[in-house]
Amino acid sequence: MTAMIEINNAEKTFTMHLQGGVKLSVVRGVSFDVKAGECVVLAGPSGAGKSSILKMIFGNYRCDGGRIGIRHHGVLLDLARAEPREILSVRRATIGYVTQFLRAVPRVPTIDVVAEPLLAVGVAREEARQRAAQLLRRVNIPERLWSLPPSTFSGGEQQRVNIARGFISDHPILLLDEPTASLDARNRDVVVELIAAKKRAGVAIVAIVHDDEVRQAIADRIVDVTTFAAAA
Amino acid sequence: MAEIMGAATSDQPLLVTEGLAKNYGRLAACRDVSFTLYPGEVLAIVGESGSGKSTLLQLLSTQLAPSAGRVSYRMRDGVLRDLATLGEAERRFLFRTDWGYVHQDPAQGLRMAVSAGANVGERLMAVGWNHYGRIRNAASSWLERVEIDTARIDDAPRTYSGGMRQRLQIARNLVTEPRLVFMDEPTGGLDVSVQARLLDLVRGLVNELDLAAIVVTHDLAVARLLSHRVMVMKAGRVIETGLTDQVLDDPREPYTQLLVSSILPP
Repeated sequence: MTAMIEINNAEKTFTMHLQGGVKLSVVRGVSFDVKAGECVVLAGPSGAGKSSILKMIFGNYRCDGGRIGIRHHGVLLDLARAEPREILSVRRATIGYVTQFLRAVPRVPTIDVVAEPLLAVGVAREEARQRAAQLLRRVNIPERLWSLPPSTFSGGEQQRVNIARGFISDHPILLLDEPTASLDARNRDVVVELIAAKKRAGVAIVAIVHDDEVRQAIADRIVDVTTFAAAA
Repeated sequence: MAEIMGAATSDQPLLVTEGLAKNYGRLAACRDVSFTLYPGEVLAIVGESGSGKSTLLQLLSTQLAPSAGRVSYRMRDGVLRDLATLGEAERRFLFRTDWGYVHQDPAQGLRMAVSAGANVGERLMAVGWNHYGRIRNAASSWLERVEIDTARIDDAPRTYSGGMRQRLQIARNLVTEPRLVFMDEPTGGLDVSVQARLLDLVRGLVNELDLAAIVVTHDLAVARLLSHRVMVMKAGRVIETGLTDQVLDDPREPYTQLLVSSILPP
């Protein structure tokens, strides 16, 4: 299978100028590959840099050294050196990112929040809404809420809206940061099924999950992030 | 790799700025600014007052002549032209058709004593529309798009609230379907609740019309919501630039870190 993600020696250091220029080295020597259809779970204690690695793969955190190769439209692009507009293009077509937290624009109805990633790649509004409706039903958001903006929903409902939004696209790479945190057993199982379906469709997945059962259900491989700990 | 990247990188820049500078006597209000803007791209220029961001916006929109450097713009015929070489008539034509300019104070961008419909219709007449009924229909449909009750079409904007005036100014600017819109602190004088609605509206219109925009703001939340890219200015210089979420979530320069850390958590 083709490697969708090839990370070589990536590193991240924060320089805190407001704290007298303290250098906070987060990770160093990060190297791993993820193939199409494979799910790699990042493991390690809180603070080990798992989320930082996901953010580097998404281009949200800058990478201070090494290489983050992403297969984008069939070509390996080094995200550590990509132009902003290349990163945006990667996010539109190639990488989806699901966090626990929904960052919704005020006043936009839930169904459109979920459909938006499809509209961004040119899918017709009706079709995008239909697929959004399917997913919202799947994650058990009652239909009477679809026309309301999610800002007034409970934390769990917002998280499920976010999952629907994250899973709606056909991105070949998916990054998941604690997608099942604080979900009840029924909804957790739904997410596990959604992840399994993505794997069958050949999507390369990098995930952070603390729940042992979920990890066992989805992981093909575990990457121990503590081995990338930057020696002080 | 560029040739394989296809559409994403093959389209041509809309605006190219090289070494742009403006001095007032010995004061350098703006120094050595270079960047490229592509069609459909929204760039935010952030910084505190006095950082040179408003001067830069005036230089880019040819309202000020630079002391050094140049701004080039791809005209509708596809040719990239140095804006300093345009004649006055060409420059006015750009302003009336291909560009929009949204002022912080709507009174500067509107004619306060004539009707809302005339404010929107005026720009259409400037590009040759002359059928009263069609102009009125276009104005009315634009008022709807910016969420102004069409029953108010014959009222003058001085009878409007601040938020309505700002939305009317946006309608007036977008009616000619410009490709580039300059915005100077578009939410500056508005209440917080009104700001959210306006931002939401602008964000939707920018996406729908595939507009390029250059937005000057001191409000990082505005930059995050509206822009793809951000340029941070301090003392006339661009000190940091990049993808908006990257610069705001992983700021590198001391001054940018200070700006970001000064935001109150929601």
